Amino acid sequence: MVEFALPKNSKITGGKVWPKPVGATETREFRVYRWNPDDGKNPGIDTYHIDINDCGPMVLDGLIWIKNHIDPTLTFRRSCREGVCGSCAMNIDGQNTLACTKSMHDVKDGAVKVNPLPHQPVVKDLVPDLTNFYAQYASIEPWLKTTTPTPQREWRQSHEDREKLDGLYECILCACCSTSCPSYWWNSDRFLGPAALLQATRWVKDSRDEATGERLDNLEDPFRLYRCHTIMNCAKACPKGLNPSEAIAELKLKMVERQI
Amino acid sequence: MTAPNSSKTMRTPLARVRSLGASHSGTSDFWRQRVTAVAMTLLIVPVIVVVLMLIGSNQAGAKQIFSSLPIAIIMLLFIVASAWHMKIGMQVVIEDYVHNEKIKLASVMANNFFCTAVALASIYAILKMSSGV
Repeated sequence: MVEFALPKNSKITGGKVWPKPVGATETREFRVYRWNPDDGKNPGIDTYHIDINDCGPMVLDGLIWIKNHIDPTLTFRRSCREGVCGSCAMNIDGQNTLACTKSMHDVKDGAVKVNPLPHQPVVKDLVPDLTNFYAQYASIEPWLKTTTPTPQREWRQSHEDREKLDGLYECILCACCSTSCPSYWWNSDRFLGPAALLQATRWVKDSRDEATGERLDNLEDPFRLYRCHTIMNCAKACPKGLNPSEAIAELKLKMVERQI
Repeated sequence: MTAPNSSKTMRTPLARVRSLGASHSGTSDFWRQRVTAVAMTLLIVPVIVVVLMLIGSNQAGAKQIFSSLPIAIIMLLFIVASAWHMKIGMQVVIEDYVHNEKIKLASVMANNFFCTAVALASIYAILKMSSGV
């Protein structure tokens, strides 16, 4: 829904400045969004200083250092710490990205500012509620659909057809793209968003799939698909270097192709 | 920050996403928006030339210019393309930002009326001028 100002209970007020680590010779300042659903307070920005000589180079390393050495209540998702699982997607220095692949040294000037992914409900601190995002992914039915009886061995695919999935199959569903998209901010209840649409393109273009037309039918809608105005924040944000905007343009082209 | 899943419904997230289903429309508007954009790009140069020709001329001079069939057709095509483009563009803006269903329907309707009125008034003016009445 369009909200040009934050709701009253979401306005950022204050925040705690934590003491610098004792004995550290070189520190880096982190300003991290904090919100606890249990204390009834508004969110705040806490300031931490990490000992960079005792910490890995990535923003995720910094957050883990904070959790281990300063504040164990700091909450965030992380798992693989190498850009494969998509768990640690967050807004760092104004850009949605993965904390595990973003070096804190690439953040120029001053503090490393860390916020949860924009325009999603927050569960706690840096953890967004992605229920709607996952439901949208489920709605595109991301599995091979066939009518032909399953062959004795695998469904065959030529090298050329397999290449058509490059730039699509690599998506890790981190939600950096969808939550950077203004159309998704305003209409996430009806617009499927760049991630789900990129995944839809992946199945529409899969030569083995026999439900291409039904998939397009399911997407042909002014809101589900055509809320994309090629703003391209998605392509800029994608930590895997994919281009959801281009994938959506391919979907639109297929829609036109089957009508004209 | 709002608590997650604070919606006042107990429908499952998938049911909410599927909602009323796909409307199977939108492609025609998408295509027409592009067609009218290309048409306007092609027509804008002759339209500018006509506007330059009109500078300083009185009504009689304007009538003489519009009495030329190619000029009248170019101006009519430009009006149709731009009014249609304007209608689709404004509808997209309304759909993006207006979420109250009643206000949205009223806004889309008003947009249709306005664009049709602008187009018809312009077409009438061009035809009147070109027929020399």
